[in-house]
Amino acid sequence: MNAWEKLYLPAVLKGMFITLSHLFKKKATIQYPEQKRSFPKVFRGLQVLNRDEEGRERCTACGLCAVACPAEAITMEAAERQPGEEHLYREEKYAAKYEINMLRCIFCGFCEEACPKDAIYLSETVTPANYSRAGFIYKKEDLLIPDPTKDPEGYQKALGHRAKKINN
Amino acid sequence: MYLLMIDWWFILEKFLLVGFVVTFSLLIAMYTTYAERKIAAFLQDRRGPNRAGPFGILQPLADGGKLFFKEEIIPLASSKFLFVLGPSLAMLTAMLTSAVIPWSTPLQIGGRDVPLQIADLNIGILYVFGVVSLGVYGIMIGGWASNNKFSLLAAVRGASQMISYELSMGLALIALLMLTGSLQMSVIVQNQIVHGWHVIYQPLGFLIFFICALAECNRTPFDLPEAENELNFGYHQEYSSMKLGLYLFAEYVNMFISGTVMATLFFGGYDIPFVNEASWGLSPNLLAFIGFVVLLAKAFFFLFVFIWIRWTIPRFRYDQLMNLGWKKLIPLALVNMVATAIVMLLRNR
Repeated sequence: MNAWEKLYLPAVLKGMFITLSHLFKKKATIQYPEQKRSFPKVFRGLQVLNRDEEGRERCTACGLCAVACPAEAITMEAAERQPGEEHLYREEKYAAKYEINMLRCIFCGFCEEACPKDAIYLSETVTPANYSRAGFIYKKEDLLIPDPTKDPEGYQKALGHRAKKINN
Repeated sequence: MYLLMIDWWFILEKFLLVGFVVTFSLLIAMYTTYAERKIAAFLQDRRGPNRAGPFGILQPLADGGKLFFKEEIIPLASSKFLFVLGPSLAMLTAMLTSAVIPWSTPLQIGGRDVPLQIADLNIGILYVFGVVSLGVYGIMIGGWASNNKFSLLAAVRGASQMISYELSMGLALIALLMLTGSLQMSVIVQNQIVHGWHVIYQPLGFLIFFICALAECNRTPFDLPEAENELNFGYHQEYSSMKLGLYLFAEYVNMFISGTVMATLFFGGYDIPFVNEASWGLSPNLLAFIGFVVLLAKAFFFLFVFIWIRWTIPRFRYDQLMNLGWKKLIPLALVNMVATAIVMLLRNR
């Protein structure tokens, strides 16, 4: 280093002007609750239990999703459909209890792949924060999509573009 | 209004002025914390606090409220009296310095001239130096009383740093005192209004003074006493609640005051450059207000530079700090002093 460089003052001034130039640069911040980052199309978020177009639950409680789940986050109990419940459940068997522990879930999407009835899929929403652990165990009511016959708008909104469009 | 041979108006106006200056410095210190966070954010391409109120301007209030309501912890092994004395001293000395700063030209209220300076001491600068030197006790006592190795280390560092940099600060000022021939703050400002700002005659002196002011305020790159990553916040590590708040506040008050001192000594104080404001024919009160705003603008510029430097330059190592202080700044200040003396001698001939 020569004497001029040893003064350090030119280098300090140079550094100061670099930081000063950042004063006028575009901010990298995204103002989260008001402004959201758009997710890619393959993003896997919160699970949704789908209904068919008549508003019946698709899930038949076969348990394949629970078996496929590497984090063992899914718990379910099956029940038989009673006469008169045909407008609620699509198949003769349905899930009386269906719980996903969102603290265990790793959002791998294997449940979606395993499901033979296209009853579960991962949406584009992120699991919201909660104050208690119990709040992270999502019950069937929390997971079920709105009924398309009663709330078509909510249904379409919750459906997003990740659900397979099938009509069987 | 004379009663018992005492001019009560005088006492009242001084009390009001002291109250105003103290409140005002605290307010400035509050919003300097906000400015610090905002400028830091902007220099790093972030937005900074913007949730409390519009643009986050209520953030300092929220921070202050938080500090007041935090749990007060006094370590068992600490010396309790000194532990409380530390932050109080830091705050006290930070506030005391403002007593000799001429804030503006005198106000005229009811035919009285009310000088906007709490005390126009004939040893104004010496007083500033004395009080600033006392400021080190806040850090030393606090760090020592905490009975914590990190705090003690920080206190020792702080003390040695302040003593080292006070020397070159004083030497840099001697050259300035030779120019004015007075230690009185108001005379120094008057001299600049007549002859032009001192920074023109003493650029090197100003540079040395500025570097030393950074060191005296414990600002980066001289923030060794509170080095976060090696000393865990140093001397205020054991402090919580408003005692910590007082330390942090004292730092910002010190910054504001040293900004005004630099503006007063080197940048003409309340003087507006290139114009003769006395010839505008404005009322003296309005002129005083304009002068005050001008002084504030200069002080705020220095505050900005302080913050700007903090978010640009990394911290010195301890040996680098001592090298700079003793081997570079003091010889430089001496050379500056001698050169000034020679030039003055030659010009007087």
